[in-house]
Amino acid sequence: MYAIEIERLTKIYGKGETAVTAISDATFRIKPGELVAILGPSGSGKTTLLTAIGLINEPTHGKVLIDGTTVVDEGWRPGLDLKQFRREKLGFIFQAHNLIPFLTAQENVMIAMEINHLTSSEAKTRATALLKSLNLDHRLNSYPMALSGGEAQRVAIARALANNPKVILADEPTAALDTENGKNVMSLLKTLAVENHSAILVVTHDHRMVEGFDRVFHVSDGKITGEERP
Amino acid sequence: MNLAIRDIRYHRGRFILTSIGLGLLLGVVISMGGIYRGLIDDALAVLNVTKADIWVVQQDTNGPFAESSRIPEDIKYRIKGVPGVADAAPLSFQTIQIEREGRPFRFFLIGYDLNGFGGPPAILAGRNIRQKHYEMVVAKAMKMALGEKIHLGLHDYTVVGITGKVVSSSGDPAAYVSLADAQDIQFKKDNDAIRNDRERVGANISRIQTLSQAQTKFLQKNITDITESTHIVNAVVARLAPGASLHEVQERIARWNHFRAISDAEQAKILTKGMIEKARMQLGLFRIILLVISAVIISLIIYTSTLDKIKVIATLKLIGAQNQVIVGMILQQSMLMGVIAYTIGYILISLTYEKFPRRIVLEPFDLQMLFVIVMVICMISSFVGIRKALKVEPAEALGG
Ligand SMILES: Nc1ncnc2c1ncn2[C@@H]1O[C@H](COP(=O)(O)OP(=O)(O)OP(=O)(O)O)[C@@H](O)[C@H]1O
Ligand SMILES: [Mg+2]
Repeated sequence: MYAIEIERLTKIYGKGETAVTAISDATFRIKPGELVAILGPSGSGKTTLLTAIGLINEPTHGKVLIDGTTVVDEGWRPGLDLKQFRREKLGFIFQAHNLIPFLTAQENVMIAMEINHLTSSEAKTRATALLKSLNLDHRLNSYPMALSGGEAQRVAIARALANNPKVILADEPTAALDTENGKNVMSLLKTLAVENHSAILVVTHDHRMVEGFDRVFHVSDGKITGEERP
Repeated sequence: MNLAIRDIRYHRGRFILTSIGLGLLLGVVISMGGIYRGLIDDALAVLNVTKADIWVVQQDTNGPFAESSRIPEDIKYRIKGVPGVADAAPLSFQTIQIEREGRPFRFFLIGYDLNGFGGPPAILAGRNIRQKHYEMVVAKAMKMALGEKIHLGLHDYTVVGITGKVVSSSGDPAAYVSLADAQDIQFKKDNDAIRNDRERVGANISRIQTLSQAQTKFLQKNITDITESTHIVNAVVARLAPGASLHEVQERIARWNHFRAISDAEQAKILTKGMIEKARMQLGLFRIILLVISAVIISLIIYTSTLDKIKVIATLKLIGAQNQVIVGMILQQSMLMGVIAYTIGYILISLTYEKFPRRIVLEPFDLQMLFVIVMVICMISSFVGIRKALKVEPAEALGG
């Protein structure tokens, strides 16, 4: 079974004269444990592709299957609880860490678990373990403001892992970091893909960051123009 | 984990400042309610200490508080004789303003029959009036010492006793003197004026040439006796005998035509409905305006704090938070702000209400009611923030 399957996925923003085809006819499959990058210049449709898979924006045509479940088939599958699906099956990592400023590192991870119905004490135990495994033991009670960029991004990764998702989607997770921290984050993702057996799809425009990835899709103008195994 | 409390804890400076501001507003709202209750309390103070069942006043007047009423003192005997009346006593009321220590000094002077009722309630210090003349019992609020003297009309009066909380319907503290003294103060003219009046009467009579000297003297004495009579009171109060019908006694007195018999309940209505209705509406209007201002402030605060959190809200939605998590955060914040502001306002007024120039009476019912209203306002005020939050798209979490 594939973790992510997309078939002839197309997203058109707007209608008529002003319509923009951000993604057209994209098809690929990603297995659990695979770390895959989508590489392309600005405006090429990378974020659109990621958010279409992430059930954040509704594709115009095509199919998406996550962990074997059809979630998109010419639009969102009717009756699907998008939020529930997102919190159970998907983890998100953002360009800016998007941590909640008024929660500590630990609470930021806990909140993701609590909205998925874990009790506060279960969440606390799990969040602590998760942060420790990412070498953040000393930062449990720090607010995001007090964290370095790399630390913040690692907390964000811990949050993405909170509910053991099958699929992790990351949009430019290294854009706000320097090269060294960026590379550290990428190698951390590599480890996680293998250890957690989850599929990780990373969007980036920086080809230096895709070292060690299993596969790289090149996109340009909304089309997948090539596939590479570095 | 409670997001509302975490957010407040993180932004506590801003939150506390806002709550203090709102708390001051709510304090004013509470005090206005208290002032209104105080107005009622003050208005009824004299009724409550007098404990009369019937107020006999001048025909066709709402006296003696709302309108002036003058009746002869001696009708007290006739009223005592009415079947069903246990006791009756004459009372005189006047507001006096004099200069004292270079400042205007205002009080409400009550004259009562030393052998009747309607005199001062419990004496807190000193004693009751014992002599028929020149003694005075004052309310504590007049801030006079025992033994202190005050010049009223033609004479000096000595404070012999201090009584508790008695005020006129307009909030002036009350002082008691004997009825005779009160009549003196109210009606006695100074000697020059009396001499002038007597000379005028004398001159008029002496023009009647058919009168003998003895007749002239007799007439002059009679006329001045009547015109100089000070045996006038403002009301005669009566208490009913056990089992007597209020209505029947009222009827009997009213049948004489020259007097109106007002029941205590009617008198209370005249004092509250008539005299402080405008003040009530004014205070009510101010309270509504202040509550509207509070609502606007809460809405603005909640709305801007929601705007500050757009990215947080988008992120929460994106990672799958249910709407109730987000609505709960905003609503709880708003309610919490209301609770804290209310508490601040309440504490503030509780600590200071005794120092207000007008009496403030804090009724538990009013306070509870206001609390409920504040909570409803907080709920409604948070709607603008909640509406904004519900419109936030998860996609807004993406990007820089
Ligand atoms: N909400 C939207 N409405 C209309 N057009 C949009 C919208 N979002 C994106 N687009 C357009 O779709 C195209 C692809 O945008 P997208 O954000 O997916 O690119 P990207 O590869 O992520 O770019 P970047 O590297 O700058 O983030 C662009 O032309 C963009 O202008
Ligand atoms: Mg993008």
